Amino acid sequence: MSGANGGAAATRLKSAAFRAEREGAWRELEELVGRIEKGGVRALSPPELARLPELYRGTLSSLSVARAVSLDRNVLDYLESLSGRAYLAVYGTRRHLREALGEFALRRFPRAVRAHGRHLAVAVALMAVGGVTGFALTSADAERFYAFVDSAYAQGRGPASTTESLREVLYAKKEAATLLKTFSMFLFQHNARIGLLAFAVGFAGAVPTALLLFSNGLVLGAFGALYTGRGLGLDFWGWLLPHGVTELTAVALCGAAGLAIGQALLFPGREERLAGLARRGREASVVALGAVALFFVAGLIEGIFRQLVHAVPVRYAVAFGLAGILFSWLATGGKERG
Amino acid sequence: MTGAREKPAAGERLRDVVTPEGVPIRFAVALAGDRLGAFLIDLLVISGIVLAVVLPLAWLAGHGVMEGDLVLAIAILVIFLVRTFYFAFFELSWQGQTPGKRRHRIRAVDGRGGPLTAEAIIARNLTRELELFLPLAALFAPSALFPGAPGWAVLASLGWMLLFGFLPLFNRDRLRVGDLVAGTVVVRTPDAVLLHDLAAAPAVEPLAFSDEQLDVYGEFELQVLEGVLRGRGRAGHEDAARTVAAKVREKLAWDGPQVADGPFLDAFYAALRARLERRLLFGRRRADKHAKDR
Repeated sequence: MSGANGGAAATRLKSAAFRAEREGAWRELEELVGRIEKGGVRALSPPELARLPELYRGTLSSLSVARAVSLDRNVLDYLESLSGRAYLAVYGTRRHLREALGEFALRRFPRAVRAHGRHLAVAVALMAVGGVTGFALTSADAERFYAFVDSAYAQGRGPASTTESLREVLYAKKEAATLLKTFSMFLFQHNARIGLLAFAVGFAGAVPTALLLFSNGLVLGAFGALYTGRGLGLDFWGWLLPHGVTELTAVALCGAAGLAIGQALLFPGREERLAGLARRGREASVVALGAVALFFVAGLIEGIFRQLVHAVPVRYAVAFGLAGILFSWLATGGKERG
Repeated sequence: MTGAREKPAAGERLRDVVTPEGVPIRFAVALAGDRLGAFLIDLLVISGIVLAVVLPLAWLAGHGVMEGDLVLAIAILVIFLVRTFYFAFFELSWQGQTPGKRRHRIRAVDGRGGPLTAEAIIARNLTRELELFLPLAALFAPSALFPGAPGWAVLASLGWMLLFGFLPLFNRDRLRVGDLVAGTVVVRTPDAVLLHDLAAAPAVEPLAFSDEQLDVYGEFELQVLEGVLRGRGRAGHEDAARTVAAKVREKLAWDGPQVADGPFLDAFYAALRARLERRLLFGRRRADKHAKDR
């Protein structure tokens, strides 16, 4: 080589020729991606949309080539940045919310629930053990009721209340505004928060989730014992079950999701711990989100239906009907046919 | 910052995300300060939405049009719904961004290079209950959370909960609990701009450099020089160019035609890049002037 690297030679730089050849496509992609970032995928016309993957892959290959041949920092940075933006535009979420909800309710949620069968069994068992314990202890000594049930939650009900006032709660007549207030205040918001908490504290190693499930069972058992002791057992379950079927299922589902996360954290098995946590966390969050929807339904039943319908047989019929629908939906939804 | 981004900002960490096509793309992990700023903006927006719904209702209640109980009920419901679904809603429809994130130019992406799924978005946002609202409740209303617990137990659990909230400060990728559960990373939205090619325009002064002269420098010096040349028109550029040109002339023992600093550096940049890129094609990188020539 003679060492004559004049200005004329510079125009024949491989990297400059490479850039001149590809720059049009980069600019075109940049323009499309810019519009997607502002207005979503719908900002593009069908032909533009069809061109997007091609331009994206072309730019990715430009990036690989540039890394090998170019020392122009600006071009490298630009390609890196453009590829990143295009990657986000191409692989970002683009589902329509309504479509995603339908898919979620009909297929994804029931499938996720079935995938957590064992966790669900453990969660139900924990609640059942809590319930039996609460029932047995409160039956033996009524004063223990106060140890299990928070006074704010009991709303004045307890061993000290008269049988008549206990019965009144089960068959209360309320006006519309009060109904909605009860619904949003305690029934939905309170329960859904407990449920989400059971899911989230799964990250703290599943123990708090198990405790929450157990203590939830204790409360239930204590109430059961209180009412059964006054000869109101049949009325109590008729009062509880119409919404309880949905609500207790939702609590158990949230608990199962929390247990699954705790398990992924404590016992990763053969998977890398964080990778396993990420995979199971996503599945579990589907269960938790579905449970929030169930809490909403339970809150509606509890706040409105129960206050309007007082016939015990109807209450039982509705409870078992709902249970049938709920469980068959969870057991079969989204199964492949044939 | 516009145009060439020579180096990541101080304290910034780069993370490669391998796309399904197998090409690693480099993202800068969002800084903790940006995350916090984005979150505060989002909190403001949430408060704004809640106030916008509740205040008119409260006004109606104050004038006896609606019952106070009903207003309270609606307010509680609205607060719950907005608080729980605000983040998930925006991240779903804005591809990993919320108003706060957009303002701070950061976004959530899948840490392993796959598409950002709806499940991941939901998972990373449902855990906020644990990270933020639970510690806050423990801080301001401990008796509601653990009725009858002794003081030391409240304190211990408070510390434990705060640990989850501050998790992003304890790991390099600034992952919070939700990111771990969903497998996501929050990165800076890339924004580099394509500038003109410094080596594309024919030089005003054709200057000849020998290979020995060009081999004095490596890639690092080339990119520093690029930074200087791209600073044209900014304050202090003249001084920088004069200093660099003098240094280069001295280093090369330059005895060719005497030209002005600007054209001299342009020509040297083009020649040096041509030389280094040709070596690159043969697989011989030269990182900087200290690298041993092979």
